[in-house]
Amino acid sequence: MKHLLTTDGLAEDAATAVLDTADELKRTLLGREVRKLPTLRGRTVITMFYENSTRTRVSFEIAGKWMSADVVNVSAGGSSVGKGESLRDTALTLAAAGADCVIVRHPASGAAHRLAGWLTETGTSVVNAGDGTHEHPTQALLDAATLRERLGALKGRRIAIVGDVLHSRVARSNVHLLATLGADVVLVAPPTLLPKGVESWPVTVSHELDAELPAVDAVMMLRVQAERMHGGFFPSAREYSIAYGLNEARLGLLPEDAVVLHPGPMLRGMEIGSAVADAPQSAITEQVRNGVHVRMAVLYHLLAGEGEE
Amino acid sequence: MTQVLLKGARLYGEGEKVDVLVVDGTIAEIGAVAAAEGTEVVEAGGQVLLPGFVDLHTHLREPGREDTETVDSGSAAAALGGYTAVFAMANTDPVADNAVVVEHVWRRGRETGLVDVHPVGAVTVGLKGERLAEMGTMAKSAAGVRLFSDDGHCVSDPLLMRRALEYSTALGVVVAQHAEEPRLTVGAQAHEGERAARLGYAGWPSSAEEAIVARDCVLARHAGARLHICHVSATGTVDVLDWAKGLGVDVSAEVTPHHLLLTDERLATYDPINKVNPPLRAEADVERMRRALASGVLDCVATDHAPHAVQDKDCEWDAARPGMLGLQTALSIVVETMVRPGLLDWRGVARIMSERPAEIAGLPDQGRPLAVGEPANLVLVDPEAEWTVRGAELASVSANTPYEGMRLPAVVSATLLRGRITSREGKIG
Repeated sequence: MKHLLTTDGLAEDAATAVLDTADELKRTLLGREVRKLPTLRGRTVITMFYENSTRTRVSFEIAGKWMSADVVNVSAGGSSVGKGESLRDTALTLAAAGADCVIVRHPASGAAHRLAGWLTETGTSVVNAGDGTHEHPTQALLDAATLRERLGALKGRRIAIVGDVLHSRVARSNVHLLATLGADVVLVAPPTLLPKGVESWPVTVSHELDAELPAVDAVMMLRVQAERMHGGFFPSAREYSIAYGLNEARLGLLPEDAVVLHPGPMLRGMEIGSAVADAPQSAITEQVRNGVHVRMAVLYHLLAGEGEE
Repeated sequence: MTQVLLKGARLYGEGEKVDVLVVDGTIAEIGAVAAAEGTEVVEAGGQVLLPGFVDLHTHLREPGREDTETVDSGSAAAALGGYTAVFAMANTDPVADNAVVVEHVWRRGRETGLVDVHPVGAVTVGLKGERLAEMGTMAKSAAGVRLFSDDGHCVSDPLLMRRALEYSTALGVVVAQHAEEPRLTVGAQAHEGERAARLGYAGWPSSAEEAIVARDCVLARHAGARLHICHVSATGTVDVLDWAKGLGVDVSAEVTPHHLLLTDERLATYDPINKVNPPLRAEADVERMRRALASGVLDCVATDHAPHAVQDKDCEWDAARPGMLGLQTALSIVVETMVRPGLLDWRGVARIMSERPAEIAGLPDQGRPLAVGEPANLVLVDPEAEWTVRGAELASVSANTPYEGMRLPAVVSATLLRGRITSREGKIG
């Protein structure tokens, strides 16, 4: 792997290799007092976040540090970006300053692709940490790692993704990766929060959460952003919550060993009931924990993998 | 007395080779003509002679963005592309919403002298869609504005559009609509469909174009006004136009070369060189544009030539400006998409590139028949030649062509504006 920009077209063996490495890293570090591996010593990783994010940025930073890479965090507010510098110039500057890998989050779909294009000659790797409403591949990988842990192999497993699919990069990355890993995906959302053209995705579509829950192995709740609530995508937060929220009553519809995921940050009481988020079925904190190992694995495959691609 | 003799041209690509003698800007003789002394001879070698092209839709960026295009550079691109008249849209800085600006652009065109530059007047003050610009003053100015448009913005307020259409009838001018319902395209980045959904682009739905075209056809019928629709891109718009024309609505429509050739398949790279408004649509739309142009539901080709600076294209998609160069590639794209597949012959090319646009804008001396006594606004085309597009080699100040590196058919050998050679073998004058 040179870059990780999308899960669309990511081969099954490449995805599985990252997941296996993540598992291995997790086992290696389990119970260790000093959680640091020397693998990426001397390599420089720069996180470049053009959107507010705590969990993803911190997760990447910890992943880099546990691999002994030098991690530098750049945020749009505190850099020359605030002075109107172009994305291209910022990227070339960071590459010239010695970045082996740039981890980027940006509000424009395709920003990571553009960056990878501009950085072709510098040899810098690019990781997409979320681009607009396009993709968030490491989130999908950490979701898959969490599901594998709970369910074993994903082939033939049925996963529901519920909520704002239209604006969700998490949903897009998960749809591709889960399909690649052989899972059946059902998207559950009101028609206003599904993209035109969803028919061509490797999924089935439903508007009835209650009808889907008894048959799924896992349910992934998507965050409903505040601006959607006021954007007329649905009549009210109350009606949304009634129709698509995973509340305590709905938890009973799920098979006993089903898994509940949420990429965070959660709106408790809106898309997910507070007791549901803390129920035994919930793997939400495991997702965060696995996120670090998956991102370590991604950095490993990008920066340490010899003789690959 | 200036004389040019075109030796051995085929008029509309038909029949035997003939010589065409041009004297003082007029076609003086067609047949076997011997070159008199002092006559400039162009060896046509059986190439296709057509009336000079007329472009209803260009952005020449002067005044305001001379770093991307000027009347000089845009006129050169036009002459090299076979054009003898172009319309320059009003979204300059300052906006062409008053007689001073339109007269300035018109005068700059005259000074350059490579193509007739007709300024388009804004429909509303500052293109803001709030109140009508002084259309009458602009129409009666030295620039003689015939075409009004807020292009880049839709005149979306139905009452204001009604008033503009009604008011235009007294002036004998045409309102050209950029059809885009703004409430349906908030934040829109690309054609709403399978590809945008997968790639995470905010969708620009075809319905945003179709809805405005349907509304405006109804308003034009009510007002008894002429209406022109800019850059049609969606299949449903063709259906609406077909319906409106059937009812006798006085509506005409243009399609751009890029909407005849390119699709949203190009979105995959996220390269904003392909960002344009309205967006590149699906294969079915492209196919429909071609058939509608052949059948006449779409009247003409207009380039929407839109130069942009490197920094406005070499960035992330959302930050890029929409638009692409078109003047020097239009003929080749028309040959590639319409002539080669057999949808149009050369007479058809004359109709969509010259005669219909001249008629729509009411230009008396453009788009005329190739006949003795007619004004010598002419273009000579080598239909067999091919060329490779290189943005840096185009005459425009900017280089934002989506056809970079593409091999295209047909080359403009010579362009004549009122009998004067404005381009020849890829060179000006």
